[in-house]
Amino acid sequence: MNLSFFDQFTSPCLLGVPLILLSTLFPALLIPSPNNRWITNRLTTLQLWAFHLITKQLMSPLNKKGHKWAIILTSLMVFLLMINLLGLLPYTFTPTTQLSMNMALAFPLWLATLLTGLRNQPSISLGHLLPEGTPTPLIPALILIETTSLLIRPLALGVRLTANLTAGHLLIQLISTATTALLHITPMVSALTMMILLLLTILEVAVAMIQAYVFVLLLSLYLQENI
Amino acid sequence: GPLSERRLMDVRLGELPMWLATRDFSPQGLLGAVQKAWSSYHDKYINVKRGGPAGISMLLAGYCLLSYGWSYQHIKCHRWRKYH
Repeated sequence: MNLSFFDQFTSPCLLGVPLILLSTLFPALLIPSPNNRWITNRLTTLQLWAFHLITKQLMSPLNKKGHKWAIILTSLMVFLLMINLLGLLPYTFTPTTQLSMNMALAFPLWLATLLTGLRNQPSISLGHLLPEGTPTPLIPALILIETTSLLIRPLALGVRLTANLTAGHLLIQLISTATTALLHITPMVSALTMMILLLLTILEVAVAMIQAYVFVLLLSLYLQENI
Repeated sequence: GPLSERRLMDVRLGELPMWLATRDFSPQGLLGAVQKAWSSYHDKYINVKRGGPAGISMLLAGYCLLSYGWSYQHIKCHRWRKYH
């Protein structure tokens, strides 16, 4: 148990040196750059297979112009996936629990999709503000609602990722505290809590992967509307 | 061979301070040493035809230990808590 349950989210600092940069760069070590061989080692083969799957999945709904975004969306997906999964290891720090980092990822990318749409096809982009077939009296209200919904997208993207990961880590910490605290009092209840902890950890692995996927998928959807 | 040209694993424990004195501690030297260490680890455990989970697991375990070391100062205070 920590001095407060939120201490696990404090940005790690060693002798005044912020270590968040190292925590962010560590996933790069786990993804070896492919050498010039046709048949690579098992790790690279697995990763290349995963990258092809991700790229195909993300890029198939997009038109040809959208394929320019392939590298940034795939690398963003891999980045978030690695960081989220690494955060589940003991004592590690997850940079994506920091709202600052997620907003720094979400806001510029969303703005890029918006500006691309407004620059290249302004009337079509603005046309998305009014769904087809709305009754005429509702049009002003709906435009306001859609504009709000548009402007809140980066906030939603960033906060969704932060909140999901933070909540997951907090839950793990709370339930593990309960397990250890109950161990001396009622071992049976402690065993039950341990089962809950195991299930929760499996859930957190799934959430880590899903949240990364959702982030990038939504960005690709916003791109689809605008490109 | 001469002391300055031997690798770390070939240096005996008593000769370690002298070997460290012959090393190049400039930024390029340190970067080169880190890169060499990483590539020798990578080629020995990961970049093999029939690797297994061991290569990455050692890396992840090292990362966990490193993170523990980073947060040690903070975790030390928990020894003296009354309620855990």
